[in-house]
Amino acid sequence: MAIALRNASGREPVMLWHRQDTLPELDLVVLPGGFSHGDYLRSGAMAAHAPIMGPVRDFAARGGYVLGVCNGFQILTEAQLLPGALLRNAGMRFLSQDCRLRVERNDTVFTRNWQAGDVFRAPMAHGDGNYAADADTLDRIEGEGQVAFRYEGENHNGSARAIAGVFSANLRVCGLMPHPEDLVDPLMGGTDGKPLFDGLVESFVQGAAQ
Amino acid sequence: MSTQHRTVDQALAREFGLTADEYGTLLTIMGRTPSFTELGIFSVMWSEHCSYKSSRVWLKTLPTTAPWVIHGPGENAGVVDIGQGLAAIFKMESHNHPSFIEPYQGAATGVGGILRDVFTMGARPVANLNALRFGSPENPNTRRIVDGVVRGVGGYGNCVGVPTVGGEINFHSSYDGNPLVNAMTVGVARQDRIFLSAAAGVGNPVVYVGSKTGRDGIHGATMASAEFDEDAQAKRPTVQVGDPFVEKLLIEACLELMATDAIVAIQDMGAAGLTSSSVEMAGKGGVGIDLDLDSVPQRERGMTAYEMMLSESQERMLIVIRPDRTEQARAIFDKWELDFAVIGHLTDTGRIVVRHQGRVEADIPLAPLADEAPLYRRPTAPRPALAPLGPVHDPVGIEQALVTLIGCPDVASRAWVWNQYDSTVGGLTVRRPGAADAAVVKVENTELGLALTTDCTPRYVAADARLGGAQAVVEAWRNLTAVGARPLAITDNLNFGNPEKPDVMGQFADAITGMGEACRALDFPVVSGNVSLYNETRAPDGSTVSILPTPAIGGLGVLENAAQAIGIGLRPDQFLVLLGKTEGALGQSLWLREIHGREEGAPPPLDLAAERRNGDFVRAEILGGSVSACHDLSDGGLLVGIAEMAMAGGVGIRLDVPQSGISPHAYWFGEDQGRYLLCVPDPDGVIERARRAGIEARLLGETGGDGLTLPSGATISLARLRTAHHAFFPALMDR
Repeated sequence: MAIALRNASGREPVMLWHRQDTLPELDLVVLPGGFSHGDYLRSGAMAAHAPIMGPVRDFAARGGYVLGVCNGFQILTEAQLLPGALLRNAGMRFLSQDCRLRVERNDTVFTRNWQAGDVFRAPMAHGDGNYAADADTLDRIEGEGQVAFRYEGENHNGSARAIAGVFSANLRVCGLMPHPEDLVDPLMGGTDGKPLFDGLVESFVQGAAQ
Repeated sequence: MSTQHRTVDQALAREFGLTADEYGTLLTIMGRTPSFTELGIFSVMWSEHCSYKSSRVWLKTLPTTAPWVIHGPGENAGVVDIGQGLAAIFKMESHNHPSFIEPYQGAATGVGGILRDVFTMGARPVANLNALRFGSPENPNTRRIVDGVVRGVGGYGNCVGVPTVGGEINFHSSYDGNPLVNAMTVGVARQDRIFLSAAAGVGNPVVYVGSKTGRDGIHGATMASAEFDEDAQAKRPTVQVGDPFVEKLLIEACLELMATDAIVAIQDMGAAGLTSSSVEMAGKGGVGIDLDLDSVPQRERGMTAYEMMLSESQERMLIVIRPDRTEQARAIFDKWELDFAVIGHLTDTGRIVVRHQGRVEADIPLAPLADEAPLYRRPTAPRPALAPLGPVHDPVGIEQALVTLIGCPDVASRAWVWNQYDSTVGGLTVRRPGAADAAVVKVENTELGLALTTDCTPRYVAADARLGGAQAVVEAWRNLTAVGARPLAITDNLNFGNPEKPDVMGQFADAITGMGEACRALDFPVVSGNVSLYNETRAPDGSTVSILPTPAIGGLGVLENAAQAIGIGLRPDQFLVLLGKTEGALGQSLWLREIHGREEGAPPPLDLAAERRNGDFVRAEILGGSVSACHDLSDGGLLVGIAEMAMAGGVGIRLDVPQSGISPHAYWFGEDQGRYLLCVPDPDGVIERARRAGIEARLLGETGGDGLTLPSGATISLARLRTAHHAFFPALMDR
């Protein structure tokens, strides 16, 4: 993730420590993948209560941009910054393979460099990526345009309505299970994930210019 | 085994795995009857696992040097120069016995242990691989063991955030009661920041970091030094339990400490835990060590000195530190929420002295503990001459044989396994599992690529250990070559049966001889390794079954520019060229086993000079840009290799008539060595350059379409091949 952010922005991302209780001035907070606290409890459940999550909540409440990928997405749902939950994959096994994602809308900072309906490839690598929410919540987030990405073709982990990523109601917090950051260099097999990072950087540069 | 303090005598020593002679040597060294704890320390240090007492005389014959070797065997892992001031640090190690008893934890802690061997030297781990051998798919136990081992490898590797990029899997009934789990880790360090294990500086503090010590894994090293009997399951309490998140913290904390000048020496607590780490560090440094066990972070109450010295609790390291840096080091481990305790100091006595609750529990001179460790040149029996394989007919035809072979357990797609390992975490994986003959990872902040592979063909080793040992090394070298990498060095993981049996010891000696010959011919030295003996199962009727001898080779190569690495996938509208000599060798071939049910004959012969010539040619062609895909030929021979390239590229091929003078099934499925398939836009140029280099080269056909068209005109669609190729694992595991 740091490599993808560095390559897109030309700047070194600031690393934050989980016990910090303040944030510096930032354009974007990214919660990357991993196994926070080993995920021995529910994935992301411990990290959602880390001291740093207080200022992250405040940042989001002030309209700040937050991206969570994989474990980062799990943490954002555990912290209730995003709707729904990530359950064990339907096949009960860890899945590491490429999947295809369909972009639901392109009028957000996360998806502006795609067209709605575009399909791109992204590696997925998770054991708990089965998106779940009750039917009312699913209806609501679909109705309000909070679905960011859906699995196109095979829905590997059994996610409800093939949802792979969601937005917050203000479209400024985004979480998804697959890893666009691992496909931003032709050497690693493609640049399918690059529009996410290029789009973010462009919107921040434009925002700063205004 | 009771951990109560019992009277120490020869009978107890025997229970601890020491022979009468070994116990006699111990008494001479000590000049008195040892304490219970001392007996425990001797028994683990002199176990096969820690002392290499049966294998050392043979291991010494292996070549271990080259201009690019920085540290060969003897450190925690091997270190080679990869250029730009950087070093690759790597090793492979077995966790066979624990993985049979408790597959998940056995495999998981195998991954954890080998990671520590690598980062203890200052390297950030960048890739994991694993070489796995399981019992027959028909054995009802196999499914459970495959499931647990694969989950364990993934569970640990995925959580620590190191991509698992490659490996190999075989199935054979000889592994029914004794699967093999060989885990390999590769790391990268700056050459001027490599950390060694020899302790130095009398008075320097000895620091314990990582997890707390519990009663798990006591006498694991001794267990790994005896054959299995029907009570194997009762040994479950000797299996360790892993915590990959603590390992992740330990990696980060150690690397942070390593960026300072605090560390004098460091070693992980692996087999035989605190005993082997303290004894080896002090012994290598020629100093003494005093340990105060009251200071050891403990997970359980009431642990004895014996239990603490022999515990194999995971995720622990021992560090000799500069006294003026102790508080700086403590602050780093506090930050990462890991235990940090000064548990002793170095002395000038040349002895290890262990104190616990005011009593001296052990006081042993270190030099004789190492120098007078048992060393055996065990008897070897020559292998019986192989009956020649007579003519074999083709009962099924080429088409059916291909479909059978492409779906057989040793060739079928491993995607079901790989898909449970995170192969892309870190964003530096250039060639993922199955995409190329070797995995390729980019070295961060450079253009360099590391090529990585594990290889062994156990059925060849069983038939002819010298040839099979050499073939394992050559196969690794070929796989690195086939992506365009310059092969640098290997790590070996030698899995054999009971060395006290002359036929097994003969296999071991012959395999090492063959490995050494190949290493020398290819300038491909051994820089680290591990020996796992006593891989046999005792049945209730008293008979024993040895595993197929399995000297697994982990190979590492380097590419100046990772972007030059190529894969195996065919490109459309190009040409496929076969390089190397085809004679149709069917002895010990997969075709013979899968079609005729026979494991017979001599394995295909090796010509080491031809291997070198052919491989160097292929590498030069790849780096010269004339090759779009390359695959070396191994299991299943030519047609299986072509089918694998076609499936990987999603591109078919129309094949020309086979070479005359060889029956078609021998031509398509013989396993002649030293051969590569090259997909090229300009076949005439490549063939002409090969001819000038004295290498046989032959145009096989033009690529395109969506099937394999045989010279007979019959076409096997890629879809049919894929269906056959992908059926095996899901059918075995997801039922």
